[in-house]
Amino acid sequence: MNVHATTTPTRTAAEQALVDGFAARVSDFPGDAATVSARDEAVERLKAGLPTRKVEAWHYTDLRRLLAKVPPHDPTAGVEPLAPVLPDSAILAVRNGIAEAAPAIEGIEIVRVAEALAEGRMASLAPLDGDDVVTRLNTAFVTDGFDLLVAEGQDIATSLELQNLHAGGQVHARFGLKAGRGSTVTVVERQAGTGEALSSSVSEVTVEDDASVRWLIVQEQDAGTSHMAQFRARLGRNARLTLFIMNAGGRLVRQEVRVDQSGEGSDFQLRGVNLLAGEGHTDVTMVLDHSAPHTTSTELLRNVATDRAHGVFQGQIRVDRIAQKTDARMACNTLLLSDDAEFSTKPELEIFADDVACGHGATVTEIDHDHLFYLMARGVDEKTARGLLVKAFLREVVEELDDEPVVEALEAKLDQWFAEHG
Amino acid sequence: MLEIKNLHARIAEDGTEIIRGLDLTVKAGEVAAIMGPNGSGKSTLSYVLAGREDYEVTEGDILYNGESILDLDPAERSARGIFLAFQYPMEIPGVATMEFLKVAINAQRRARGEPELKVPDLIKKVREASGSLDMDMAMLKRPLNVGFSGGEKKRAEILQMKLLEPKLCVLDETDSGLDIDALKIVADGVNALRSPDRAFVVITHYQRLLEHIVPDTVHVLSRGRIVKSGDKSLALELERGGYAGIVGEAA
Repeated sequence: MNVHATTTPTRTAAEQALVDGFAARVSDFPGDAATVSARDEAVERLKAGLPTRKVEAWHYTDLRRLLAKVPPHDPTAGVEPLAPVLPDSAILAVRNGIAEAAPAIEGIEIVRVAEALAEGRMASLAPLDGDDVVTRLNTAFVTDGFDLLVAEGQDIATSLELQNLHAGGQVHARFGLKAGRGSTVTVVERQAGTGEALSSSVSEVTVEDDASVRWLIVQEQDAGTSHMAQFRARLGRNARLTLFIMNAGGRLVRQEVRVDQSGEGSDFQLRGVNLLAGEGHTDVTMVLDHSAPHTTSTELLRNVATDRAHGVFQGQIRVDRIAQKTDARMACNTLLLSDDAEFSTKPELEIFADDVACGHGATVTEIDHDHLFYLMARGVDEKTARGLLVKAFLREVVEELDDEPVVEALEAKLDQWFAEHG
Repeated sequence: MLEIKNLHARIAEDGTEIIRGLDLTVKAGEVAAIMGPNGSGKSTLSYVLAGREDYEVTEGDILYNGESILDLDPAERSARGIFLAFQYPMEIPGVATMEFLKVAINAQRRARGEPELKVPDLIKKVREASGSLDMDMAMLKRPLNVGFSGGEKKRAEILQMKLLEPKLCVLDETDSGLDIDALKIVADGVNALRSPDRAFVVITHYQRLLEHIVPDTVHVLSRGRIVKSGDKSLALELERGGYAGIVGEAA
């Protein structure tokens, strides 16, 4: 009898494509010796296989099963430019993995990530923990991006739009922002493309003392694209960060949010809308550390899911022993618009301080029939009435941004999604 | 204009029959008051007229201008000119009142083959209509009915009625929750809309409203049927003797 005692499971097609893709491209990747070893280490871990639902952080997104296809990078793919979400933004575009020449913006130093890697200036290539597959994937394959340094005290009036664009194949971009003490800046992170693709992106933000950053992620990938993204941030004393996430596309999307409120008195606001349609699987996973006293945060997500779409929100708030007077509130509300749509929510509070206010709530509902009847009784046809109610549900989150041009631009994005999927 | 024939209707969810063989005819230009004690089926009648899904018609018919409306959904009924002023208007967060009015007015105009109103024309129209109801335009920027007082909600209902220009207006206990000043404003709004080609079904528990909206006919509803009909003097009779006498007499 012939018994195979091997412990290495057979690689999936996607896993094999990643391993082969790395071997084929490694000699072209930018980076100094430290970068090379970070890439090697990352890919060695990927070789052991993608996480399955047995890994807690990936329980609702079985990456090994869901990442069905990893197309090779296509150096010839032509990527069309994209108009910015906020009018008059300065665009910093990474097209098909290559950062274009950046415009000069007063008060900001802009460095291409390919250069930073070559000079060994990208400090944060290491994963945040053992399950940080997104960073590993990105570190192994990253080609380019932008690293921004906003000088102390600068109030940047022009909003910046960072674009990671593709036209099929593979792209892996990285963005960095350091907002110097007392500075203010608004950044849009745009993730978009067309066709079968694997896209990854890691953004690392440092908000120094008294600085204020507003960061808007607008993800509108193609229905054939898998998108693995991470947003990480560290907040200094009295720093303020507002993160808005709009997921409006993609076949398989994982958007991680890792925020460390290490500065006393810092404030973090997360607002998100997930617009889920088709066969898409979209996972927003947040780990938020309140690691200093007097820190405040609220997280509010609104989701709509139709067709056979599946959404996930995992929200973990960890309050350190020293983080007294923390005030953290988290809510996740979902409207299911079809019988086959699904949304899984997992809130988790880990509180080690004894004088804090923390709360969370989650709801999954259908459209309120009384509301629908009321609108229809005024002559609004059922489709339009449903659209009005769903938009109203989402708008409440968008309007909280309380900045007219931003709200208008995001509402236009909502309208665009409804025109395609409503 | 409206002919209800041997109507039977029940709650869809549990099958409880509420309307049990109701007959009623309302002519164009007429104001018909429906009065009845709690639980007699007044609100159910208004919902069935408007086409609410929670109720099933099991027998009989509702003819509007000679045609059955039972197969029409609430939006289609509304587009044909049927309007229900709600006893408890819904609060709808996130939908600005003005935006809602724009969508509703233009939905009806489209259904009637009329061109949509542009925003400036719409605002002008709304301003004219709201002035006589003593409504503040600032209120219209707020989400629909959210945080409105009872009186403000009812005035908003009448405002919608004025703007949508329906042919058959069903008022479900429009007087509930109104103080006398608000009642007068609402009644004046309704009276201003009275015309030979428009009919009203005014559903109320109390005679009070009928002092301000004087009906042509009064019908007493009990256990899902009209048990007595008369002119406005019937309402006064009810006020004096209560429902017990009439309802008992008919039983």
